[in-house]
Amino acid sequence: MTQSTDTVWSEPVSLIDRIPRSVAMIGLFVAFVALWQLVVVSGLVSPIILASPWGTAEQLAYVGHNLLTGDYMLTALWITIKEVVYSFALAIALGFSLGVLVGETGFGERAVMPYLVAIDTMPKIAFAPLFIAWLGFDIHSKVALATFVAVFPIVVGTAAGLHAADEHARLLFKTMGASRLQTLLKMKLPTGLPHFFTGLKIASVGVMAGAITGEFLGGGKGFGELIRVAASQLDTARVFSLIIYLSLVGLATFGTVVWVQRRFVFWQKASVGAEALP
Amino acid sequence: MTAAAAAGTVYELRNVTKVFPKRSVQALDRVDLMLAQGSFASVIGASGCGKSTLLKIMAGLLPPTSGSVVLAGKPVTGPRRDIGMMFQQATLFPWRTTMENVVLPIEIRDGKAAARAKHGEAAALLELVGLKEFANAFPNELSGGMAQRAAICRMLITEPAVLLLDEPFSALDELTRDFMNMEMQRICMARSATAFLVTHSIQEAVILSDVVYVMSPRPGRFVEAVAIDLPRPRTLEMITTPRFGALVDRIRARLDRGAFL
Repeated sequence: MTQSTDTVWSEPVSLIDRIPRSVAMIGLFVAFVALWQLVVVSGLVSPIILASPWGTAEQLAYVGHNLLTGDYMLTALWITIKEVVYSFALAIALGFSLGVLVGETGFGERAVMPYLVAIDTMPKIAFAPLFIAWLGFDIHSKVALATFVAVFPIVVGTAAGLHAADEHARLLFKTMGASRLQTLLKMKLPTGLPHFFTGLKIASVGVMAGAITGEFLGGGKGFGELIRVAASQLDTARVFSLIIYLSLVGLATFGTVVWVQRRFVFWQKASVGAEALP
Repeated sequence: MTAAAAAGTVYELRNVTKVFPKRSVQALDRVDLMLAQGSFASVIGASGCGKSTLLKIMAGLLPPTSGSVVLAGKPVTGPRRDIGMMFQQATLFPWRTTMENVVLPIEIRDGKAAARAKHGEAAALLELVGLKEFANAFPNELSGGMAQRAAICRMLITEPAVLLLDEPFSALDELTRDFMNMEMQRICMARSATAFLVTHSIQEAVILSDVVYVMSPRPGRFVEAVAIDLPRPRTLEMITTPRFGALVDRIRARLDRGAFL
């Protein structure tokens, strides 16, 4: 027998693994829209409850045109964007400071942390009426609520990051005679950056939810108010399209955090993405 | 190399005792130790025998309960720049290049400008350990052995009077470990460094040391100082010689009696 002893056999690959990701995603989208259209056209669900895909597409074009021409919707969107940016900045400043207090000092860890945990377990959205009562119907109450929602993940991320350094790194800094500030700045903070950014990513989602909730409950002239008005007019197609534009703002915020993380935490090769979504 | 004993004492511990009152544990009991200039000493013992406590006291990270700890004529009362230390993990910081990691002790003690001024010396050290090409690489591009070489450079950059080595290569695979031990000998001889090694490995202690202190636990104390009379430079081939085997056996016998009760 001179037959080759090489054993060549192909590993079975399941059908779904052979489909490129983009094709799978588009396929699912098309199937979803087709089902949606079918449900609406068949008359199973009233168009008042569920707008048709086509109606939504029309509204998307309408809202898009309104935004591009700088009409009232752009003004509303701009207000919401301002709320998101202000509250995110506030949440970062406040969350980072509290995180350092809690993660670095014994006082913070023992006295402040229990209160933070207690407040964090509360349903924060329920505070919205209070913020409106305290700060009025203008942008301030929305910024306050969004900051309140977003600050805790940043506190936790920062504090966890400060504890992330291992025993050897601490010992090394001690043997080098490093001061507490040096240890914080040159070791603990850089080591904790990945945790900090995880907190930021969670917060970037929360900030949006907080701002829109504030607008739902407290009125004003933001994008949330547009959604509320459209919903009260039973214009579900308009609601869908507004939500889609709003989600672009959320994506941009999240994307900015990911981009900044890639630049600042360049040594962390692991991909940064969905793992931070709540 | 054994003649180095005549060259003067660098590090001296007398009657060092350490008690942890909270846990009511006596970690060290009247430990005496003399490190001669240019000598290499090891301490060997089972886990929990007080080796780490001893090393922390020698590094100025922990005060002794009683006894005197004197390095280069001055009592050790805290971390000092003339004490170099190395751990099981290389602990290089991934946001700093190899070069920046090496000059970190200078940056901490004297600031960024002083650290920059030391780049030349750091480059020479990196060349000594064979990492010349990796000065500007980041640690995640280095292998485990290479990372430990960089850690050696970081330890040497302050020109310490004594090197304290806390199982520096025990996280490496055995082949790399043997090789790194020979590198360590070469580097110590090249700089006539005084070194003190804590290890679990009898073989490692014997191949590197001029004297091996056998430690027994509860309370931690030296039960014997075994002089290693193998010629320098040591080679890995010596491991198979009868003399090497005899020394290993003798240390193991002492450990068996006291250490694992």
